[in-house]
Amino acid sequence: MITRKDLTHIGWLSRLELSEKDIEKYTPKLNSVLDYFTELDDVDTEGVPPTYHVLPLSNVFREDEVSAQGGSLTQEEALSNAPKTQDGFFKAPRMM
Amino acid sequence: MYDNPDGVMIGLEVHVQLNKLKTKVFCGCVTDYHNDPPNSHVCPVCLGLPGSMPVINKKAVEAAIKIGLALNCKVEEHTQFYRKNYYYPDLPKGFQITQYDFPISSGGYVMIEGEDGELRVGITRAHMEEDPGRLVHEGTIDKSKYTLIDYNRSGMALIEIVSDPDMRSPKEARRYLDKLRNIVGYLDVFDGNLEGAMRVDANISIMGGQRAEIKNISSFKGAERALLFEIVRQKNVLRRGGVVVQETRHFDEAREITLSMRTKEEAHDYRYFPEPDLVPLKISGWAPAIKETLPELPDARRMRFVEQYGIKDDHAKALTSELKLAIFYEDVAKKADPKTAAVWVCDVLKGELNYRDLTVEAFKKEHMLSVLELLAGRKITEDGAVDIIRTLLDKGGSPEEIIKEKGLVIVAGDIVETAALEAIVENPQAAADYQAGKVKALNSLVGVVMKKTKGGADARKVREVLIAILSDGFYPPIEREKIEKTIIKIGDVMVEVSKPIANLLKKMGYV
Repeated sequence: MITRKDLTHIGWLSRLELSEKDIEKYTPKLNSVLDYFTELDDVDTEGVPPTYHVLPLSNVFREDEVSAQGGSLTQEEALSNAPKTQDGFFKAPRMM
Repeated sequence: MYDNPDGVMIGLEVHVQLNKLKTKVFCGCVTDYHNDPPNSHVCPVCLGLPGSMPVINKKAVEAAIKIGLALNCKVEEHTQFYRKNYYYPDLPKGFQITQYDFPISSGGYVMIEGEDGELRVGITRAHMEEDPGRLVHEGTIDKSKYTLIDYNRSGMALIEIVSDPDMRSPKEARRYLDKLRNIVGYLDVFDGNLEGAMRVDANISIMGGQRAEIKNISSFKGAERALLFEIVRQKNVLRRGGVVVQETRHFDEAREITLSMRTKEEAHDYRYFPEPDLVPLKISGWAPAIKETLPELPDARRMRFVEQYGIKDDHAKALTSELKLAIFYEDVAKKADPKTAAVWVCDVLKGELNYRDLTVEAFKKEHMLSVLELLAGRKITEDGAVDIIRTLLDKGGSPEEIIKEKGLVIVAGDIVETAALEAIVENPQAAADYQAGKVKALNSLVGVVMKKTKGGADARKVREVLIAILSDGFYPPIEREKIEKTIIKIGDVMVEVSKPIANLLKKMGYV
């Protein structure tokens, strides 16, 4: 059961500011999603090894070699999507 | 027995950056960014741009296994990656790729010198993860308005080594860190001299309180200081009847204090889940093969040095503290007297290197061998040898050139002998005083000889010669029982010397 407090906490973890209206709206919605997961409880998993990964692959490696074109973007390219930059750095609000 | 009166428990999380790899852990960006402008070694993968996919660097996995083995860990056959979710500007993706369940290695230990003898520090786990970007704050972290971010470091391969809370004092923590750097340094997976190569977070509690996690420690010395401060702080809280709460604290290096970070931000809820973009690793068989390639590690090498070369354990410990130094010593010891070599490499050379902030690569093995050879042949004095080593480090050249230039060559034995006889003849009173039991009288004679040889003589040898002449009446002091002694008169003073010396003095026209 997801409470209003849980929802506020999840909002904080995602850095989302939730209004009173949002909380009213999403608390039952998330609960119904969670309820749907209980369907899984009915599946008989006796003797089935746990799934740690959904892909049937393993051991995909790359060699320790610099990728073509030097591997990297230019500084200009790297910063081209950033709303704010300074002296070649990305600039973000302070967080502590 | 160390009784740990405050019940201090310290556990450390050490991040080792695999900066000797050519590329980052999940992309082909180069790792050699330390002197380059910010954000000049980044790509869609390490910038976390949509649609990019990580692929793991095989060498990074091998390095992780090397570290796990060197820390006596069990290396797993199945290992995989997880997403650790949190929002912070150093993470462009909003999560860090790290390990959670199924870390690559766990359950090891490291032996350190504890407060009361050997201490076994357990290694909970040593797992792989990616380095976040580097944040630059204008001014101090609690006052700056915004954060500048450089993602060059983002995606560098890290090994996080988590210890059990087995250390009982800041000193033990420091020794653990030194030992860890020592061991990992042997594996050729990282360069400890580069900025950010090893970073520490510390967990510490004392009896009656909860633990604090200290972040932002930037050096081993800083770790020790932060822990010392934290013990005092926690004791004070308890003494005033307060409660030591579990929290994350920030070490302020300049002020040498720790500051509480606001509680809201430390409500960590990482929501780990398996990283869908990276498939699991099945690496059974890797560890035994890699084990074959591990070099002899510091503890084993130290024991072997003591046994094989008969040197002191202190010397062996210092000499094995760095792989390059150990190799340097061993190469020298094979061609010179190993004990003397240990003294000169460890007590002299290492000190001079540390003083200049240099590594052993700054000094040639051949030069150490010549210095040792010159010493063994009594061609130079010990002071002269130190002078040569210093000059080689400061100005370069060769030992032979320096000897010539500085006139360091030792004055030959017969010259010392003549000077000693002259000194006795010119100062018969001092000689007689010495023979009468006034040991200090010898010093003035040594001084005269040193003056006569312009400081080129080895003071120890001068003493030896003077004592031999004045006690045995002969130099070199051989076949003592056969020596016939005679009393000669120099000026008004009677001095007892051997007949050969008396004859020599007559021949020289002194008597």
